[in-house]
Parts: sequence; C-alpha cells; structure tokens
Amino acid sequence: MQRRLTGSANDPRILARYRRETRFKGYSIAALFVAFGIILAFFTDIISQGYSAFWRTEINVTLDYNERAERIGRFAVAEDLRGIVSRGAVRGIPLEISNNPELAGITREAWVPVASRIDQYFKGNEELTPELARQVEALKAEGLIRNTFNWAFFTEGDSKLPELAGIFSAAVGSIMVLAVTLVFAFPIGVMSAIYLEEFAPDNRLTQIIEVNINNLAAVPSIIFGLLGLAVFINTFGVPRSSALVGGLTLGLMTLPIIIISTRAALRSVPDPIRLGAFAMGCSRWQVVRDHVLPLSLPGILTGTIIGLAQAMGETAPLIIVGMIAYIPEAPTSILDAATVLPAQVFTWAGEPRQAFTEKTGAGIIVLLAILLTLNATAVFLRRKFERRW
Amino acid sequence: METDTRDGPVTKANVTMPETQTTPDQRTAGRASTKMSATDLNLWYGETQALHGINLDMPSQEVTALIGPSGCGKSTFLRCLNRMNDLIPQVRIKGGVALDGEDIYDPSVDVVQLRTFVGMVFQKPNPFPKSIYENIAYAPRLHGTGTSRSELDDLVESSLKRAGLWNEVADRLDTPGTELSGGQQQRLCIARAIAVNPEVILMDEPASALDPLATATVEELIHELKDNYTIVIVTHNLQQAARVAGYTAFFHMGQIVEVNDTDTLFTNPAEQRTEDYITGRFG
Amino acid sequence: MDKKTFTQHISQQYNEDLEHIVTRVMTMGGLVEQQLEAALEALVDGDEQKGEQVVTSDYRINAMEVELDEACTHILARRQPTASDLRLIMAVIKAITDLERIGDEAERVGRMALHLLDEDRRRSPMAEIAALGEQIKGILRGALDAFARMDSEQAVRVAQEDIKADAQYDSIVRNLVKHLEDNPKSVPPVLDIVWATRSLERIGDRSRNICEYVIYFVRGKDVRHISFEQMAEEATGDRR
Repeated sequence: MQRRLTGSANDPRILARYRRETRFKGYSIAALFVAFGIILAFFTDIISQGYSAFWRTEINVTLDYNERAERIGRFAVAEDLRGIVSRGAVRGIPLEISNNPELAGITREAWVPVASRIDQYFKGNEELTPELARQVEALKAEGLIRNTFNWAFFTEGDSKLPELAGIFSAAVGSIMVLAVTLVFAFPIGVMSAIYLEEFAPDNRLTQIIEVNINNLAAVPSIIFGLLGLAVFINTFGVPRSSALVGGLTLGLMTLPIIIISTRAALRSVPDPIRLGAFAMGCSRWQVVRDHVLPLSLPGILTGTIIGLAQAMGETAPLIIVGMIAYIPEAPTSILDAATVLPAQVFTWAGEPRQAFTEKTGAGIIVLLAILLTLNATAVFLRRKFERRW
Repeated sequence: METDTRDGPVTKANVTMPETQTTPDQRTAGRASTKMSATDLNLWYGETQALHGINLDMPSQEVTALIGPSGCGKSTFLRCLNRMNDLIPQVRIKGGVALDGEDIYDPSVDVVQLRTFVGMVFQKPNPFPKSIYENIAYAPRLHGTGTSRSELDDLVESSLKRAGLWNEVADRLDTPGTELSGGQQQRLCIARAIAVNPEVILMDEPASALDPLATATVEELIHELKDNYTIVIVTHNLQQAARVAGYTAFFHMGQIVEVNDTDTLFTNPAEQRTEDYITGRFG
Repeated sequence: MDKKTFTQHISQQYNEDLEHIVTRVMTMGGLVEQQLEAALEALVDGDEQKGEQVVTSDYRINAMEVELDEACTHILARRQPTASDLRLIMAVIKAITDLERIGDEAERVGRMALHLLDEDRRRSPMAEIAALGEQIKGILRGALDAFARMDSEQAVRVAQEDIKADAQYDSIVRNLVKHLEDNPKSVPPVLDIVWATRSLERIGDRSRNICEYVIYFVRGKDVRHISFEQMAEEATGDRR
C-alpha cells in the first residue's frame, strides 16, 4: 500500500484524535482552574476578613496621674473620654505609679488604643449611639484619633479585650513547642532510620517494624493527643498545657514522618557509592557517616521541615493535652502553660464577639505565612543541595 | 645438493608446553611467587551453589584474567578475594582464600584492614561525589597513611600520575569527580584504589562501560600497574583478556575449567570447553 | 578432535567465510596438481603444448594466492580468531605460499622441458625422473588430501614419502653428474634436466611443509625444523 504523507494531517481519524486530545487537555485545564479558584476564594475570604486586624484605632489623650488614678487607672483620663479609651490601656496605671512613685502627679500625653466598639465602628463593623459617633468623628477630624498599624498584634499576648489581643504568647508557645518537637523527634528519628536502613539485617522483625512505622504515620493526630495525656501527663507528671508536653506529643506524631523520609533519603543514595567506600576499607559506620549521610542530608532536612510544618499546624492533639487555655502572658520556660498559634486561632474563632473575627482571620494569615515559608525553605533546600551522581 | 637442515639438530626450541594439567581443579604450578590463592573455595547464595571447589593461584606482579560466560561465577569469585561478599546476607562460604599465605577468612582478620591490602575497581565508575582531591585523599586520611596537608598533596599527585590522569586534572583538583568523562572517572577510581597502596587490585570488568579509546587507556594503565601490584581482572571481552593478562582462568558454571598462561590458552587450549568458548562456538 | 568443528560457530557468516577459504585452498591445490601433471608430461613425454600451457597458466595460481591472502587478512581483522580458528588461518596462509611456490616450480619444470630436444631425453635417465615425478605427484596429492581432511597421520605418512623421494632425487642427481663428467659437451641440456629434477624435489619438500601445517592445526604443535621422529611423535601422541 502506497504510503501517503502529503495531506495526512487531514485524515479524519487523525483529526478526531487531535480533537480528543484537545478536549482532554481542556478538561485538565478546567480542573486546574477549579482548584485554583477554590484556593483563591479561600485566600480572598481569609484576607478580607483578617487584614483589618493589622490596623487599629488610637486616641491621643492626656493621662493625669492624679490621686484617683493611683487606685483606678481610668480616672487618669478625662471623663468624657473614659468610654472611648480602652479599659485595658489604662488599668496598668496604678501599678505603674506604685512602681515609679515619681510619676505621681504628672501629666503626659500618649496614644492609647480605643475601646473595641470604637475600633470596630471605624472598621465599619459596629454601630455607635449617635452622640458617641459624633464625638469620635469630631475627635478624628481634629486628628486626635488615628488609624495606625497594629504592632501590638505581634507584641501582645491574648486578652479578653479584643483591641489588645495579640499572638505573641501563642507565637512564643509555638516556637517552644516546635523546638521541643525538633529536639525530641529529630535525633531519635534520624538515628532509628539510619539503623533500620543501614545496619539492621533484612529479616521478619525489621519488616514488622517497618510496617508499624508506616502505620503510625497514618494514625489520626488526635490519638497522639490521648497518648500524650495518658503517658506524659498522667504517668510522667509533665505539667499539663506546657510546651514540653505539647512538644513531646507532637514529637511522637512527627517521629514516623521523620523516620520514613530519612529512610527514603538514605535509600536514594546509590549503592555503588557505598560499595566504593567499602572497597576503600571503610567500616560500615564510616560509610554511613562519610558518604551516605552527607548525600542524604538534604533529603533528611526536607522531610524534617515538612514534618515540622505539619506539626506547627496541628491543633487536635494539643487540645487534648490542654494547650487550649487562655494564655495572656508568653511562657518563660517549657514547663509554663502555653498555647500555640492554631489553638489561639481556634479559641478566637469560638468567641462570639465581632472583633475577634478579624483577629481569627489575622491569626490564620500569620499561620499560613509561616507554614508557606517553612515549606518554601524545604523546597529551596532540596533544590540547592540537589546532587548529581 | 643442498643441506636439508630439517633432519639435523633441533633449531627451534620445542613449543612451550603449558606446565599444567587437564584436570580442571589443578592449580597453576611452577610460576613466580603466588600472591593470592584460593583453595577448594565453595560459595552458596542461599540454597544455590555458585562456586564449586575453586582452586586458583594468582601470581605476584602479574595480571590474571578471569573469563567465562555470564553467570559463571567469575565476579562472585572476585568478590571473595576482598570479602565484599560478606555484605550480602545470604552468602555462605566454605574453603579458603589466602593472601601471602594468610587465610583472609580467619576470624581474627579485620575485614576493613583486608580491603586496604586488596583494592577494587568496579564496572561502572563510582567516584565519590566529592572533589577529585577528596576522592583520593579520603581513604589515606581515614586510615592514617597520610596526615599532613603536604603528605596528602603528594599522595594525590603521585596517585593521579600513576593512573595517568594527572595532566588532565592537575588544574582542577577541586572540581567534583563526577564531572569527569567516563574514562577519566574510571582512572580516578583506579587512582583512588592505588592511593591506599594496596598489594592486590581487583578489577571487575573495568572497561566495559567505556568507549574504545578510554578502554585502551585503561588497559595501558593496567600494563604499567602490574609492575607494582598484583592484578586480577574479570572481563567478558576475550580480546581484552588476551591483551592485558599474563594468565587466564576460564570459568564455567561455577568451576574453573582451565588455567594457563594467556598465549597458550588462546592458541592451543587444553580443554574442549575452553576452545568452544573462546572461538565462539558457545556463548 | 573433530576436524570440522570450524563450521560450528554461533556466527553463520563466520562458518561460511572459513568454509569458503578452505574450499578455495582445495581449488588452488587442484590447479597446482594440474600444473604438475602437465609439466611432467612436457618433461618426460616432450609434449610441447603442455609445456607452454604450464608456463602461461602460472598466473592463475599467483592470483589465487593473492585472493586467499586477502580473505585471510579479512578474517583476522574482523574475527580476531583464537585457538583452532587461529591455527587454521595460520595454516592456510602458510599453505598457500607453499602452493604458489609449487606452482612456480612446476612452471620451471615446464620451461625446462621446452628447452629439451628429443635426443636430450633419450640420453638422460628419464625413466627414473618419470618415476620420481610420479612419486612427487603422489606426495602432493597426499599432502592436499591430508590438508582437506586435516588428517595428521596421513600427514606423517606423506612426510615419510618425501624422505624417500629425497633419496631418489639424490641418486638421480648423482647419475646426472656422472653423465656430465663423461660428456662435458652436453652441459646445457643436462643442466636443464638437473633444474627440472631439482624443482620436482622442491615440490616434494613444499608438500611436506603443507603436512607440517596440518599437524600444527590438528595438534597445536609447530613441527617445523625438527627431526622426522620427533614430528611423528608429536603428530600421533596423545592429544592433551
């Protein structure tokens, strides 16, 4: 049969095939759009809800450190402004005076945060009585009320007063928990993986261990919380709600992930390198230390970072071990009661007050930013240390 | 009438008769001193027996080639000589391998030490993913045979020179060894092996992954090395065995069929199986 | 050893190449035999036509030598033969050289024959020369036969025949020398006869060479330049 090349692009079968392929490509792109659309919608929703928490309204008042103010801080403020100023902003004045007696009797000007209602009014979320509204508008027109960046969100801990609530204590708690998790899970996980992969004989026992580790990675995280409760808190007496118990619990959860990813990283080192090292007269430990580990380190780090990122976002197990409490002050040691960022967000989300909605959103934004940074670091590390052998 | 010299005295010496044997398991006797020898070596992979009663002497400062079809046990035997088979869990060995008369399978022998005396070069070049300098300096530093920077510098230079690689890489010792061409990588592996100053170098099909030019360079290197080392080389390339080896052993199905000096084995083998293999009558 | 194992390579092409070469060697041998036959007829019977035929046909043998050398070179280049294959090629290369020389010697016999007049023939020991010629023909035939069948025992027998032929040659030459002494004026034709006879003897020697190559191929032993007894022992001893 004579081969016909010219015009073969017009063969109906070929055309039908191209059409099919184009259709399939279209479906794939559509699916991609749907997925992205959902993510976009999510981000838009969160950001629109939370961005306003990064700004707050402040008022310029004259603080009179008079006698009455020594007992009740509110009296340091002019009467007509007392309802506008945040209660929490001035309640520390008596302590301030008693610690610094020379302040008694002085007056000074300061920018203090306004009460949550006013703040929310300016953000368009709440209504004020007409007189109040007129008063604050006037103040604003005079420049005595301003809208500034809410640094306090990052420097203050949780508070019952939404205008003062910040993520600082939760952030410190998260860092402590992560540190404990890292210190606990990384050495144990990596060394176990090294032993299992490089030294252990391939027999029934090690196969059982491997299966069990894989299963552990799939266990729902809340189970680890129960485990932490039973073992660490009840048996070992670790203080409930402390960063230590949270870190240990999350460490247990992250351990299988680190073991599995370390084993995969070790396994990815090609055998000829090991054989070459053995032939050079290396003992098995020297082969691991000098040849296998350096090559698998990027993979190990990547797996660890991903495991930590996962741990950072965990809430359920920490709830069980009690890290859901109200923690206004940042913990100073790992034995102090603490909370973590996701738990903080969870707490705020449960608050009925409108003002906490924006805090919740802001908290989620911060959490997402940290997680994305961690994962980006993992990708960057992996790319940077990609080796060719 | 002219004199016919043919009926006169012998003017040409008798053709060298190989001093050996028809029985496959006999050693090659009467050679230069023996560096390594296998005595009645048997090896099992689990239930399968891969080596049957191997007896082989490998003479000092000579190249001994092991030839044979795929799966005949020559690589397995080679790995017995530096106990690399110990790394495979299902392997069981009976019999002895001796280096200068000492049994290397004796329980009091440190395997790691043994491998500094008996080095190995693999089929596919496997330089460490380190710099060229580090590739060579690593083992001496580890074993303490080179400690100061200048000692190591000298060692690296002399090893690369002996491997015929110095001129090509002298100006880039810090670049990764993996960036060299295939032939250069293999010479780097050889340089690495000789840097620890072994007595025996084992080569498992060292040129099979290389192009003809690189192969020729490696073969030339082997020729130069044999003055200082004992070399045992596994090859499935008969012509290579013919070119480089002084003595050749033909393996078949886990046994040694014939051992002889290379010239005799390739012109007038004693065993029919050997003849059939090297003339291409069976694979 | 099975002589025909050179046809059992995995490569069919290789088998065919080797078979082709051996066949051509046999053809060359046949040609040479024809030349010898014709030369003897010219010498003994005075057949001039045969004499000229021999002289003009020698080129064919030379051409075959070139052709076969080239074929062997190709085998060496392409196949790197070893063991028996190598010895076969070596034997062939050497045999065709000897065959070509035999052709040259036959051509000389023919040329010498053309110089002779009938009276020269009558006065020389033609009967003995004819007998020698038959002997040499038999030796050549035997050598080619041994080569074709790679029969080392036959090779030994043929070599022994040549020893006898050499003795015959000695006696004929002694006769001719005596004749020369007695008849100094008949030197030129007698010389021609001497050359012709010598060529016959050379043909016998060269045939014996071919037998040595046969033994080399079969036994792997180079039996040139050793005594006949040693050669016989090598040829028929146990194959190790």
